[in-house]
Amino acid sequence: MATSTGVSARESKHASKPVVDLVAATVRFCGDSGDGMQLAGNQFTNTSALAGNDIATFPDFPAEIRAPRGTKAGVSGFQIHFAAKEIFTPGDQVDALVAMNPAALVTNLGDLVRGGILVVNKDAFDDKGLKQAGYEESPLEDRTLSAYQVFPVEITRLTRLAVEELGLGVKEADRCRNFYAMGLVFWLYDRSLEPTLRYIEAKFGKRPEVAEANRRALRAGYNYGETTEAFASQFRVHKAELAPGTYRNIMGNEATAYGLITASIRSKCELFLGSYPITPASDILHELSRHKNFNVRTFQAEDEIAAVTAAIGASFGGAMAVTTSSGPGIALKQEGIGLAVMTELPLLIINVQRGGPSTGLPTKTEQADLLQAVCGRNGECPVPVIAARSPADCFDVVQEAWRIATRYMTPVFVLSDGYIANGSEPWKIPDVKAMPPLEIKHPSPLTNGEEFHPYQRDERLARPWALPGTPGLMHRIGGLEKQDITGNVNYEPANHQHMVDLRARKVANIAQDIPPQVVSGPPRGKLLVLSWGGTYGACATAASEVQAQGGSVAHAHLRYLNPFPANLGEILHRYEKVLIPELNRGQLRLLVRGEFLVDAAGLNKVQGKPFSVFEVVDKINELLR
Amino acid sequence: MSTDTSLPVLTPNDFASDQDVRWCPGCGDYSILAQMKKILPSLGVPREKMVFVSGIGCSSRFPYYMNTYGIHSIHGRAPAVATGLKASRPDLTVWVITGDGDGLSIGGNHLMHAIRRNLDVNVVLFNNRIYGLTKGQYSPTSPLGKVTKSTPMGAIDNPLHPLSIAIGCEGTFVARSIDTNIKHLGMVLKRAAEHRGTSFIEVYQNCNVFNDGAFEYATDRETKADTTIELEHGKPLIFGKNRDKGIRLNGMNPEIVELGKGISEDDLLFHDEQAPEPSLAYLLSRMTYPEFPEPIGVFRAVDRPMYDELLNAQIAEAKKTRGEGDLNKLFRAGDTWVVE
Ligand code: SF4
Repeated sequence: MATSTGVSARESKHASKPVVDLVAATVRFCGDSGDGMQLAGNQFTNTSALAGNDIATFPDFPAEIRAPRGTKAGVSGFQIHFAAKEIFTPGDQVDALVAMNPAALVTNLGDLVRGGILVVNKDAFDDKGLKQAGYEESPLEDRTLSAYQVFPVEITRLTRLAVEELGLGVKEADRCRNFYAMGLVFWLYDRSLEPTLRYIEAKFGKRPEVAEANRRALRAGYNYGETTEAFASQFRVHKAELAPGTYRNIMGNEATAYGLITASIRSKCELFLGSYPITPASDILHELSRHKNFNVRTFQAEDEIAAVTAAIGASFGGAMAVTTSSGPGIALKQEGIGLAVMTELPLLIINVQRGGPSTGLPTKTEQADLLQAVCGRNGECPVPVIAARSPADCFDVVQEAWRIATRYMTPVFVLSDGYIANGSEPWKIPDVKAMPPLEIKHPSPLTNGEEFHPYQRDERLARPWALPGTPGLMHRIGGLEKQDITGNVNYEPANHQHMVDLRARKVANIAQDIPPQVVSGPPRGKLLVLSWGGTYGACATAASEVQAQGGSVAHAHLRYLNPFPANLGEILHRYEKVLIPELNRGQLRLLVRGEFLVDAAGLNKVQGKPFSVFEVVDKINELLR
Repeated sequence: MSTDTSLPVLTPNDFASDQDVRWCPGCGDYSILAQMKKILPSLGVPREKMVFVSGIGCSSRFPYYMNTYGIHSIHGRAPAVATGLKASRPDLTVWVITGDGDGLSIGGNHLMHAIRRNLDVNVVLFNNRIYGLTKGQYSPTSPLGKVTKSTPMGAIDNPLHPLSIAIGCEGTFVARSIDTNIKHLGMVLKRAAEHRGTSFIEVYQNCNVFNDGAFEYATDRETKADTTIELEHGKPLIFGKNRDKGIRLNGMNPEIVELGKGISEDDLLFHDEQAPEPSLAYLLSRMTYPEFPEPIGVFRAVDRPMYDELLNAQIAEAKKTRGEGDLNKLFRAGDTWVVE
């Protein structure tokens, strides 16, 4: 997002250079995957969050684990948008770019705003580095960078100099370069070094010489900004107006894990996670396996199929059963999910979507698994689907999913994506005491010889969740078609029709048990933007920007994708046009057209990248013309 | 939940569900079902604490016929379903019923990992060397050259030995029995139930419709004494109608010898089901008819920590060292800030 300049320059109380106040700024660190750019980004994020800014982040990982050093394939980046107002996206364009080598420069320069700040590690611009990036001549020497404020800094040499006295090897000294770069950017945005110094102590405390080297590099970078002539001014982004409370920074996968633990405690149901490592979902497995003191059982299965079927076994036993994965893994789980539909057992399936098809783009984001979630199984196999809209929203969404799963005895899909999973934002820590319990009922023992009917339904059409160990409730379930009420195997034509309809009705009824869809903007009129999942930030920001310019556009963001909220059809028909922006080829659009006969337009992008706000703004304006 | 400690005495009939058994008349599955019902009352476990988990195939209909809890899951996945169940409910007695196709073909991966984890479940693999439910295709245990509907010119895949697989997967209890040898089968099932850790039992099961007589050599009254050999811990390997033949080790290889003529029992291979190294059990699992009599009984029964026990011990340990989970603490573990 372009820098919006606020107050005029004035003297800072402790620095000798003028300070320019900004409403918001976007910074990106990029370098080789071994350069520690994710760490730099995370530290800057944390520091900005602690300074009271609203933040949104976007880490961009290389596809290969160890692409050759200095190549374009190995470039890793981390973008932070921080602001003195509420923000919803990591920013379209970058105000300040730190490029640790030529490959990082060439792959990231396109996102730097004209006139933006460009800090490069001059030492990396040697013949080899330039050649790997495809530069014939050094961009520092010709006019390539004339549109930017370029600051070539000898980061390698100056870092080595800063740690010289500690007697580290060259390799170890060079590993401190990201701290030098951090220090410089911290100075540039008038940030405190304290949180990072605390981090260094916690992380490297056991290796005092490494800790000291990182500290020195950090301070050297900071002092470089302050003392050299290179930078004329500092920038400052004030606190954002956030609702009162205690905050922390949270990433999407972390929020998912916390939400699961919370749901487990609220429902007094011990958590069982069956999972198989896959990018970008593995961090949920990692996080949950660290919290065994919450009675969390994590099972790293032999494959995706075992992960889901083990979870189904645990659900039969009465656990809060969860399986986590990404697109290709979900494809493998679908037969198992069908079993959970047939046996009507509660189960959460969390899909952290990535670019597909097949192995696709493991580290890049996409929203192309919506149809897989809604329709991806054999037979008539309805599964409720809900999607998170931001990193912190994952916390609420998984709890809502568990509420639905247990009230309706059904598996529930939760859709997240790589962008949400690895992105972060400030999260207002909820009041644990104010959280209502999630009531779950299990039938009591039958001791008088009465017959137990495992497929006898309640008013919501949910069957009883009878747990092994309960006398008198012995029953057998399975994937074969069930007879209504008794649950015995049954192949009769009329029974099958009845059961298929029943399962469909049960899921459709959930629409009566979820909040009605809300719309921001005019309640009727020219255009409605309808979005779902991780595109929330870009769509909400775009709609409000156009509204601010006087455009008649409304925005509705769907959390519930199956079933849709009961009032959605009525909302859609109140607008002349409907625009559905998606990071796929129009999957929600297909469902909405099919269900509501609305001729919705699409804005579709599949580049492994989130929407920029301006892309959505342009499309809105086009449709309003 | 009932905490009645004086268990009612159960009979085999108490374990019969209200469902009609639908296997083909004469199928070996009936006998296995009958032996299972016979031994269960002796375990002292209430019915509601038992769960039968199966996959897909003729054998996998088993849970429907048991008046216990049960899951008839999907093809090959029973060991995984059982893993999730047993890991989260260690108080339950869990049986897995599978077949040669279900357990060794589509579900081979799950079987392998369940065995190596040594979860406290009992796996009974009904081996009939054919796909019965899908009406007669060759299975991973069908012999080379087997002519079936899908192999009109004979099977060309080398067959698997189920017990060699189980031993290769570090199985702690590995055994074999035969559907018609009901006393022996009951004994093996009972020992499997009593073993702590994954018990793996292969049962030779006749599919009289699609592969009749596949194990006739081992079941025929006339021949079985010469074609099978009953393993007993600490005893020499003796077989034959007149118990005059034995198995001796010649270097690394077993050989058949006749007793008498200078060869005594002491020269024979003595069975040791508790041998820490699985080499002997593996060697026995490789003895196949017609070169050798095929061993039945317990090949291996050793002690090793169980997955479910270790998993739950880690939970207890985490609670001891870090205290019962506290959400407030969890949420505030890192840096926080206050907005007034
Ligand atoms: S097909 Fe074979 S295995 Fe299946 S029930 Fe019939 S006889 Fe038994």
